[in-house]
Amino acid sequence: MAEQTAKRPVSVPVMADLAARGESPEILFWVGCAGAFDDRYKRVTRAFVRILDHVGVNYAVLGKEESCTGDPAKRAGNEFLFQMQAMTNIATLDGYGIKKVVTACPHCFNTIKNEYPALGGEYEVIHHSTFLQQLINEGKVKAEGGESFKGRRITFHDSCYLGRANDIYEAPRAVLEVLDADLVEMKRCKTNGLCCGAGGAQMWKDAEPGNKEVNIERAEEALATLDGTDAVLNNLRGVESNAPAGPASAKAAGGSVIAVACPFCMTMMADGVKNKDREQDVQVFDLAELIASAEGLNA
Amino acid sequence: MHFSIQNIIFLLVALAGFGLFAWQASRIRANVLVGRDRDMSGHVNERLWKTLLVAFGQQKMFKRLTPAFLHLIVYVGFIVINIEVIEIMVDGLFGTHRFLQFAGPLYSALTGTNEILGALVVLAVVAFWWRRNANVVKRFTGPEMRAWPKMDANIILYVEVVLMAALFLMNTADLKAYQLQGLDLPGAYPISQFLTGLLPDSVPTLHVLERVGWWAHIVGILLFLNYLPSSKHFHIIMAFPNVYFSRLIPQGQFSNVDSITHEVKAMMDPSYAVPAPATNPDGSAVAPAPFGAKDVDDLAWTNLLNAYSCTECGRCTSVCPANITGKLLSPRKIIMDTRDRMEEKYNAPLIFSPALYGADAKHDPQEQLDKENHTLLRGYVTPEELWACTTCNACVEACPVNINPLDSIIEMRRFLVLEESAAPNALNAMFSNIENNGAPWAFSPSDRFNWADDLFVAEKGELEVRS
Repeated sequence: MAEQTAKRPVSVPVMADLAARGESPEILFWVGCAGAFDDRYKRVTRAFVRILDHVGVNYAVLGKEESCTGDPAKRAGNEFLFQMQAMTNIATLDGYGIKKVVTACPHCFNTIKNEYPALGGEYEVIHHSTFLQQLINEGKVKAEGGESFKGRRITFHDSCYLGRANDIYEAPRAVLEVLDADLVEMKRCKTNGLCCGAGGAQMWKDAEPGNKEVNIERAEEALATLDGTDAVLNNLRGVESNAPAGPASAKAAGGSVIAVACPFCMTMMADGVKNKDREQDVQVFDLAELIASAEGLNA
Repeated sequence: MHFSIQNIIFLLVALAGFGLFAWQASRIRANVLVGRDRDMSGHVNERLWKTLLVAFGQQKMFKRLTPAFLHLIVYVGFIVINIEVIEIMVDGLFGTHRFLQFAGPLYSALTGTNEILGALVVLAVVAFWWRRNANVVKRFTGPEMRAWPKMDANIILYVEVVLMAALFLMNTADLKAYQLQGLDLPGAYPISQFLTGLLPDSVPTLHVLERVGWWAHIVGILLFLNYLPSSKHFHIIMAFPNVYFSRLIPQGQFSNVDSITHEVKAMMDPSYAVPAPATNPDGSAVAPAPFGAKDVDDLAWTNLLNAYSCTECGRCTSVCPANITGKLLSPRKIIMDTRDRMEEKYNAPLIFSPALYGADAKHDPQEQLDKENHTLLRGYVTPEELWACTTCNACVEACPVNINPLDSIIEMRRFLVLEESAAPNALNAMFSNIENNGAPWAFSPSDRFNWADDLFVAEKGELEVRS
């Protein structure tokens, strides 16, 4: 095992400073509003930056110049506000001559990649799951020297805006594979994945009247998968589950993990786990956190 | 060849059947073209390939194996048995009898395959009927599966059994009449050969029964053809154009509203020249179309084509996270409502009439009276349904014929927000946060970079891979 010798401060490069020095980064890391403001997701942003710093990627962020991509406005039907946001952001990105954008948020990813071109913003846009997969393939990240996930049970929750929206199913799984953990798939995964309930601007409003919250339905499925209690799986649909918590064997040291690759999925799944009172043995982590942790980059 | 009055009658019946269908099809085409223009031209090879896989190849049906297998039997049966319909047409017009018999062994293969498929179709239809009526499959229920959709689904199954029965009556009577006369009927009849005992031993009676089977089969097909436009069974035709014209872009990409683009560009750059509005023949400007969709004419023609391609199977609704958790939203209902509203406002089909089935409709009588609000939005689809959507694309992914309910949902949300300012309050708060803070939450933009404060990374010893 590697010795963790010391910790070193990371000074995140800001685009305006680079431009003032006449430099241009290889990639722009688009942080997103959740990555910048949501206390839980800021930890993902910091983990991803640790990885960027560790592998020595030439990157920059927009810092205070970044603004909402307009995704929630567009999904909610406010096309006018969306286009205002989009064109403002395109002006900023084009002003710096940005060519390549990496983001940890599938909503930002989808919007910049698919919806900005019609408004004049053409960039190569990469989601951090694909970016991490590339770093692993290139041998720059080995997931060694940090926390071990060997034998721990992990299930990946597909984000709609990564999966069905953009057909990215394999990259996040390839990233998780490097952890040498016990990966298990939920019954509803990949193209059949069940939404966490936050997409389409649901994140900002109460759900319509129904008999259950979507994130509870999904958290129950994730927990049943991690626990290996198939009976719970069979009773999942539309029925409030009163099944007991999983067998002791599933509660291995360190507990099980629901892996996500989206800030909204993170919030919804974490709320679901809390609602089921399983926080003590099931944690929700983003891919970047798992990799930074396994690589021993946390300080 | 025995040319007779029968052939004249057949010609008239066939002309009437196909003519009536052509007239019905033209009325449906007019309904679809009520929708807004959307350019779906080009990418011909890509579209043909997709049509081959999804429509001809039933690719997306195979996500659920049991119904896929049953449906495949009926689908292949439909295609192969229709080769025999070509024979029936020729025999009917020219007074020939089993005109394809010149094919010899190939004819035996065709008739033999037909009989086996015919029997399998009957078995599949029985299974379908049981699945639908014995409450086996949850997705066949739901508030939108009202009297007509339920009856329609069963009518289709009964008609298919009647058509197969006619085919077997024709073959069995023909076979037995030949046998009684010591002759060999060309072709192979692996099922009918076991049914001859059910029919009388009189050759003239058998000739009459053969004619009854023959006429029942072809007249049944012509009647069924004209039933299609009133039925969900129309999907057997519409699935093909619908898949061909379905989107090729990523599912996450929502359509751009070009008229808004012009406005926003003009706001950001005063020198931007907004294209002049289209003009009427008299030179006056065409009234601008509303943002989003209030009624069927505000949707794109592809959304309307979707409505005629839906077979109400409910796969969309069964995977909808909102519907699974008890919300009002059902993607299937959005599509069925679109068709009902089109048929109410524009051309109604022959058999199903929204006016006749009005008592069966689910809207409030008071709302019915309120003409102003009696549109697709509010008259049929409530804002509560629209706001429950998570835009997760599960419905789009699930549809075996590439219907896109999400597209219509977003168009109606656009109308609510941009024309009526009728978004839920929480979403209005989110909008103003984006406007004022550049983020959907009420955080100060000056705090946007605080996440980078006090950030450290562990320096690693021998694993240092900095390059």
